[in-house]
Amino acid sequence: MARTVWDSSVGKKTVMAVSGMIMLLYLVAHVIGNLKIFFGAEEFNHYAHWLRTVGEPFMHYEWTLWLVRVVLVLAVVAHATSAYQLSRRDIRARPSKYVHKKPRASYATRTMRWGGIILALFIVWHVLDLTTGTVHPGGFQEGRPYQNVVDTFSTWYGNVVYIVAMLALGLHVRHGFWSAAQTLGVGSRTRDRALKTFADVLALLLTAGFIAVPVGVMTGVVS
Amino acid sequence: MKLTLRVWRQRAADADGAMSTYEVDDISPDMSFLEMLDTLNEELILRGEDPVAFDHDCREGICGACSLVINGDAHGPERTTTCQLHMRSFRDGDTIDVEPWRASAFPVIKDLVVDRTAFDRIIQAGGYVTAPTGAAPEAHATPVPKPDADFAFEHAECIGCGACVAACPNGAAMLFTSAKINHLNVLPQGAPERETRVLDMVAQMDEEGFGGCTLAGECATACPKGIPLVSITGMNKEWLRATRKVAKR
Amino acid sequence: MNSYADYTTGAPVVDGTAPDGPVAERWDKRRFEAKLVNPANRRKHTVIVVGTGLAGGSAGATLAEQGYHVVQFCYQDSPRRAHSIAAQGGINAAKNYRNDGDSVHRLFYDTVKGGDFRARESNVHRLAQISVEIIDQCVAQGVPFAREYGGLLDTRSFGGVQVSRTFYARGQTGQQLLLGAYQALSRQIAAGNVEMHPRTEMLDLIVVDGRARGIVARDLITGRIDTYFADAVVLASGGYGNVFYLSTNAMNSNATAVWRAHRRGAYFANPCFTQIHPTCIPRTGDHQSKLTLMSESLRNDGRIWVPKAKGDTRPANGIPEDERDYYLERIYPSFGNLVPRDIASRAAKNVCDEGRGVGPGGQGVYLDFADAISRMGRAAVEAKYGNLFDMYQRITDEDPYEVPMRIYPAVHYTMGGLWVDYDLQTTVPGLFAIGEANFSDHGANRLGASALMQGLADGYFVLPATINDYLARNPRQDEVTGEHPVVQEVLAETQDRLNLLLSVDGDRTPDSFHREVGELMWEFCGMARTDAGLRKALSRIPQIREEFWRRIKVPGTGEEFNQSLEKANRVVDYLELAELMCLDALHRAESCGGHFREESQTPDGEAARHDEEFSYAAAWEFTGTGEAPALHKEDLVFEYVHPTQRSYA
Repeated sequence: MARTVWDSSVGKKTVMAVSGMIMLLYLVAHVIGNLKIFFGAEEFNHYAHWLRTVGEPFMHYEWTLWLVRVVLVLAVVAHATSAYQLSRRDIRARPSKYVHKKPRASYATRTMRWGGIILALFIVWHVLDLTTGTVHPGGFQEGRPYQNVVDTFSTWYGNVVYIVAMLALGLHVRHGFWSAAQTLGVGSRTRDRALKTFADVLALLLTAGFIAVPVGVMTGVVS
Repeated sequence: MKLTLRVWRQRAADADGAMSTYEVDDISPDMSFLEMLDTLNEELILRGEDPVAFDHDCREGICGACSLVINGDAHGPERTTTCQLHMRSFRDGDTIDVEPWRASAFPVIKDLVVDRTAFDRIIQAGGYVTAPTGAAPEAHATPVPKPDADFAFEHAECIGCGACVAACPNGAAMLFTSAKINHLNVLPQGAPERETRVLDMVAQMDEEGFGGCTLAGECATACPKGIPLVSITGMNKEWLRATRKVAKR
Repeated sequence: MNSYADYTTGAPVVDGTAPDGPVAERWDKRRFEAKLVNPANRRKHTVIVVGTGLAGGSAGATLAEQGYHVVQFCYQDSPRRAHSIAAQGGINAAKNYRNDGDSVHRLFYDTVKGGDFRARESNVHRLAQISVEIIDQCVAQGVPFAREYGGLLDTRSFGGVQVSRTFYARGQTGQQLLLGAYQALSRQIAAGNVEMHPRTEMLDLIVVDGRARGIVARDLITGRIDTYFADAVVLASGGYGNVFYLSTNAMNSNATAVWRAHRRGAYFANPCFTQIHPTCIPRTGDHQSKLTLMSESLRNDGRIWVPKAKGDTRPANGIPEDERDYYLERIYPSFGNLVPRDIASRAAKNVCDEGRGVGPGGQGVYLDFADAISRMGRAAVEAKYGNLFDMYQRITDEDPYEVPMRIYPAVHYTMGGLWVDYDLQTTVPGLFAIGEANFSDHGANRLGASALMQGLADGYFVLPATINDYLARNPRQDEVTGEHPVVQEVLAETQDRLNLLLSVDGDRTPDSFHREVGELMWEFCGMARTDAGLRKALSRIPQIREEFWRRIKVPGTGEEFNQSLEKANRVVDYLELAELMCLDALHRAESCGGHFREESQTPDGEAARHDEEFSYAAAWEFTGTGEAPALHKEDLVFEYVHPTQRSYA
């Protein structure tokens, strides 16, 4: 069955939808966690520490977190690989363009492809910045995420990169959620409107929630 | 009306093509788009030039032969087939670009004529009900709920013109394939082959080199018969269902 | 040289396969008497089928299911596009689901009467019997017929009958039935039982030792001319209505297959029986390339009228009720707007000839839905006829919900065709003709929704049963190859014809000749025909033909995709067939069905038949281009439905 799914364009699209949904669930949890930053360093740092102790005593310290990380990496790889392969197929299927160009024809497709690439690059930077601290501006302090976040958003480029990426994320989620619903066959003529509205609201909330953090740092609400 | 036409000319499948410009005069707004091209071709023949090749047959909007991309739109600005598009949709002095369907699964044969046999092969892969002549039960033996019958009909309306592929930024045949799957899979007569039909037709669609769906929605906008985009969702659902069921067997 | 009109009369042609006995038992009897081919031997037989419409598509699929190797051709890019697809209204079947008194016998009776007593009783009865099986077959294939809320099939009424026996799929019945046949055919193509050649046009028939053994066909993409061989050849290439240039036929529908078969020995029967459909959208100008039909089903609810006064140019809605003439309801009170097509067409022509026609040039009558809309509500009218109204609006730019439609008759169907016996075999052994290509079932006029019935009856049920008999009786025919002298000769003739077309390099296009002969035919061999007019046409056609071969201009070469060459080659055949149609119309000095001779009418202007003289099918034998052909009569015997003056009053 796995073979059938991966070999089919519809199956590969299903892989994208499922992996996308996994990442989306993660993002919902992530944005809720992020908003804790507005309740002060102690609560935020405590929350970050708790993430490592989830599941204890059944799980060892950080096991759950690593499990989540592994699932996420698998989801990203699956999502990106299928996106790449499907895009290759799509481009091959339409080798010559129309002489008479029409801009709207590829709006959604283009948004998804470029948005996806932007997000992939962002994730790399984001992990290097706030998880490993490799490219972190100033001194990265393990176990002090509040300070790390404030450091990142104290640089102009940190804000620009982050905000641009979050806008791309909004657009990506907006089309992606609705698109995944269609791929998984839950869309219907009567449900279409509701699904689209839900996707719009979800995208808006996620984007606003994520962007609130750098805005908070810039305005001094978080410092 | 006086118009400037820029038409894709390509002598043969393996030849290079380019847009050529022609002027046509005395065009009546009551002419169909194809009758306007007829007028051009009559002139070209008399001038000793090669007339523009284009597919057309019934000129009633039902055979699905006509297939022109006009100013970037499959079948032109109105939601209909090219043969039912009338010149009253254009203005005197307009410049009109006319191109063939473009997709690697629809190679150009000549000028505006493309090879759409890939569609036939998708149907051959499973777009039928196995009902050998003579084996049919009495027609009223199986009532079909009216909503199902209407649903089947709406999808069966597809004329196989290929506008969906031409309009799709990915050259995908999802709308065409899904129309047939939805038509047959909703009916009790189509039930025994429900799983194999969708799996085989989707596999053939991939095999022919059509692209995948990115839900751009251009296919449904271009479809002269109004097959809805959600038809593709229905096919995806059928495909997932079939994949699960077949895996269990 | 004789003049073309001085035809000779040969021996009567006899249908040797028609069974006798009670009419209701004849089909069973014939099926029992027909020899069978052992299933294991069937795959050794190749059958060529030309055309993929309702008749060809269903025949190809069914023969392949039976185990024959089928080689099939269509000029379209896909077998799904044959012109059967454009049939709108419906398909008749004697199911009597309405409990309204219908029966096989009534369908049989209505069809013989509707055909104005010029069809064979045996064939028509078989058609009526098979009609019920067709509906079963199509439903099993997944054809989405209209249904009622209980889930059962819906039916509606059509012209010339008083029962509701027409099954339909909105205004696209032909499309749905054709796709059913196409899908069955596709299944056989995938299984390797049918070798399909799309974009390939039959240009000639190969007859070896008196038997049809193959065809010459041209690949329309590469221009390559090839020969294909078989044990039997089936022509399902449709009708020849495009002789008239303007018709409701598809632009590329043509008469080449049947005409070339006729030239090779197949008799052509009743060529003058052409159907003029009463409800078509009127033409708008000289640029018109074809006419569009509006389904006859519209006459169920629409009322046809013209102003009472001549030259009344007020807009339709400005003409008060008492100044309108609902002429069909007035002249034919019991059938009203649902009289048969020939009668409705002629009545429209008459009121227009009186100067009461409406629209540009006075060539139109109103088809008015105002009453239906006020009775049923706009939504109900939309549900029933929405797609037809949309089509009308798109073409005319007028809103039929607001102003009455304008309609005018147009050439639609040809009842004539290759003469076939009860087995659907032509006078060339091994050559069969099915669907509109043959002449068999409709007599002088076809009732609405009967073409789909006949096409599918022939393809699904009749031919697959009768062709067995021929193949069983001729089990081992000598193999024919491309080297055979006859094949070489046919091939060379075809090539020469195309080369000649390409080499004239004159100054007129193929379309201009087609238009010229079409206009001539419409004027003199159209809705009303006269001795003098037909003679005039007969003297003019050879002149056009001579001019054609002097002035035709076909650009390009034969070794490429060349639509001008395709067209020119079809016009060659129209220019010969037109002559035979006029001759047939001239010789039949009576009016019957779609053939109306002005000299032969009743005092109140109805068609007057002359049964004592003309109760026969006229089968013509080809003797040479422009040479007087030979007439072979097949006497028609009516044992069950006795010829009377048709009355729809």
